[in-house]
Amino acid sequence: MPPAIQVENLSKCYRVNHAVARPAYRTLRESLTGALASSVQRLRKGLKTTRHEPFWALDDLSFEVQPGEVLGVIGRNGSGKSTLLKILSRITKPTTGRARIDGRVGSLLEVGTGFHPELSGRENIFLNGSILGMSRPEIRRKFDEIVAFAEVEQFLDMPVKRYSSGMYVRLAFSVAAHLEPEILIVDEVLAVGDAAYQRRCIDRMSALAAEGRTVLFVSHNMDVIPRLCSRALFLEKGRKVAEGPAADVLRRYMGRQTADAPDAENLTGKVHIGDGRAQFTRISHVDADGKPMPVHACGDDLILRLEIRSDRDIRDVALSVVIQTLQGARLISSWTREVDYRVDLFKGVQIYQCHFQRVRLRPGRRVYVQLAMATHNLIDCVEDAQVIEVTDNWETRTLSTESTQGAVVCGYEWSKIAKPQAQHADPCLDQTVGQP
Amino acid sequence: MQLMQETARIAPPITAAPARRVTFIEPPRRWQWVNVAELWRFRDLALQLAWRDIKVRYKQTLLGAGWAIFQPAMMMLVFVVFFHGSGHVSSGELPYPLFVYAGLLPWIFFATAMSSAAQSVVGSERLITKIYFPRLAIPLAAVATAVVDAAMAMVLLVGMMAWYHVAPGPGLLMLPIVFGVIALTATGLGTLLAALNVAYRDVRYVIPFLIQIWMFATPSIYTQTSALPDHVRSLVVFNPMVGLIEGFRAAALGGPMPWTQLAAASTTGVLALLVGCLYFRRIEDTFADTI
Repeated sequence: MPPAIQVENLSKCYRVNHAVARPAYRTLRESLTGALASSVQRLRKGLKTTRHEPFWALDDLSFEVQPGEVLGVIGRNGSGKSTLLKILSRITKPTTGRARIDGRVGSLLEVGTGFHPELSGRENIFLNGSILGMSRPEIRRKFDEIVAFAEVEQFLDMPVKRYSSGMYVRLAFSVAAHLEPEILIVDEVLAVGDAAYQRRCIDRMSALAAEGRTVLFVSHNMDVIPRLCSRALFLEKGRKVAEGPAADVLRRYMGRQTADAPDAENLTGKVHIGDGRAQFTRISHVDADGKPMPVHACGDDLILRLEIRSDRDIRDVALSVVIQTLQGARLISSWTREVDYRVDLFKGVQIYQCHFQRVRLRPGRRVYVQLAMATHNLIDCVEDAQVIEVTDNWETRTLSTESTQGAVVCGYEWSKIAKPQAQHADPCLDQTVGQP
Repeated sequence: MQLMQETARIAPPITAAPARRVTFIEPPRRWQWVNVAELWRFRDLALQLAWRDIKVRYKQTLLGAGWAIFQPAMMMLVFVVFFHGSGHVSSGELPYPLFVYAGLLPWIFFATAMSSAAQSVVGSERLITKIYFPRLAIPLAAVATAVVDAAMAMVLLVGMMAWYHVAPGPGLLMLPIVFGVIALTATGLGTLLAALNVAYRDVRYVIPFLIQIWMFATPSIYTQTSALPDHVRSLVVFNPMVGLIEGFRAAALGGPMPWTQLAAASTTGVLALLVGCLYFRRIEDTFADTI
């Protein structure tokens, strides 16, 4: 049997238009003349050939996927994963090389492509279905199943703009889930939606794999790859780094992440504020054994080691480590003075360790580490010493990763209090409990 | 267990796989023909897109589809009041309102079809960057939408013919052909402009101009060209729309068919379609990268 997907020396080159740095306009007249000059320039450039910088998003990539195989594609942002999927879904063409796909392809780079907010659920099922490549009779045949799976029966004739976001995503996913291609190409569909939806999506893909369909799957979620994929492909800068059994490739990927880490940890290139008597020179995120950690798993201890180089002996220094969101909200802070931990710096290099216990940050988040040390003057402060990515572990995998959710998580449970005691209860409490 | 049932429900086994479809993905070729077979396979999509546009356009409006009639009707009133009143136009033996409406209808169809096709591709950015389908389906759907509007406007034309007791002659048989040639021309220019619009958004600003100027250059919309001075007539003869609108009117309301002009216009129409589609196909592979 021929391979389901056969990729030979595939390359894709984008021409990057380097934006010319323009001076900031100050007056209206200046901005008008500036705008005129630049449009003339643009016109002249448009007629001649513009100088573009080539950028190879994919560089001589070859691989094969056998029928029935589930291949996971991993790599960091900008490694060429999305470009590969776009080429294989025929959205864009390669610059050189070729690919051969044997079978009916369904590609899901997004759920709900082509959904129109003004149209009803029913109308959108037909529209979205035909966009995904289903014929009208095919959609009609599966219509009831799609509706039942999305659980939107009563709202079928309501415009989807009035749907809740959960209903919207359910309906969109339901249409996609009923596509029956021989080869399915999926991109990060899992990255949106709540946990229940994500699990459904994973179940659906496991089901497809179990039936012997070929799946090519791109995800940042390192938990999902080994569970779903038999094989994996690791891309970096558009080139293949490794290909093989998913677990092996994933290990290489994780290893590569940590091997790269020391550079990211070096703080000498960062912006330092303070009088400079001493400086933070290195930060590393480690586990209990002191081995570097690529990510922080929600609920684990978070251990940071700080290397400090000092010009002289400084007595009674306060050290602080703050974990904050990208927007600058302080989530967790620690301060040596708060716990009466005495720090005396000596001339030379020394390493301190800050150990946060059971840090439960929202999976999917990225947080910044801010470092500072001071006596009564600020000695050194690094605002963005390190970015830490938070992932989920087995217990927290059901949590939503949506950025609108709270940054800190804790266990909680809901219950219904049988009967509000209306007469005797506090009036405030009464309002929150509501009518039975 | 429940999970298994659920997955079984959403993923029925493949039944009788259709003939294997092998796709080759290769670097773009410079020129390529329109893949009619593929376009046919995606006909449902083109129809769905057209249907979507039609439905969406009149959602939450009071007049609804009545707008398709209201627009040409209002323009007809403007022409009747201002042009006919001034006495500079002639409609021969036909009543002027009917005459001008029978000219406006094909013109508005042409203008709407061309401009909505030209805007359609850029307006479908989300689709183009997320899913594959023959891109030509987008401008074709836009033209199909304009066809539906024209069909609505036709209702008023029939009503007016009854009111003025004007019956069509055997020329009526030519109506679908003339209408088809107008559609071809609009599709050709629309796809060409749509493709250009992806790379140069200037096209968006050119279109309203183009339509306005073209309308003035098409006097057959509001007057009999035979009544025009010679130097004007020798200019407008190069405009295929002049003959097409006269042909449309002759087919609908009776009168001599301008055969030579129609033949010339058909040639231009086919040529426009050829150039438009070929250019569109030539650069459609880059749409997702440049849009």
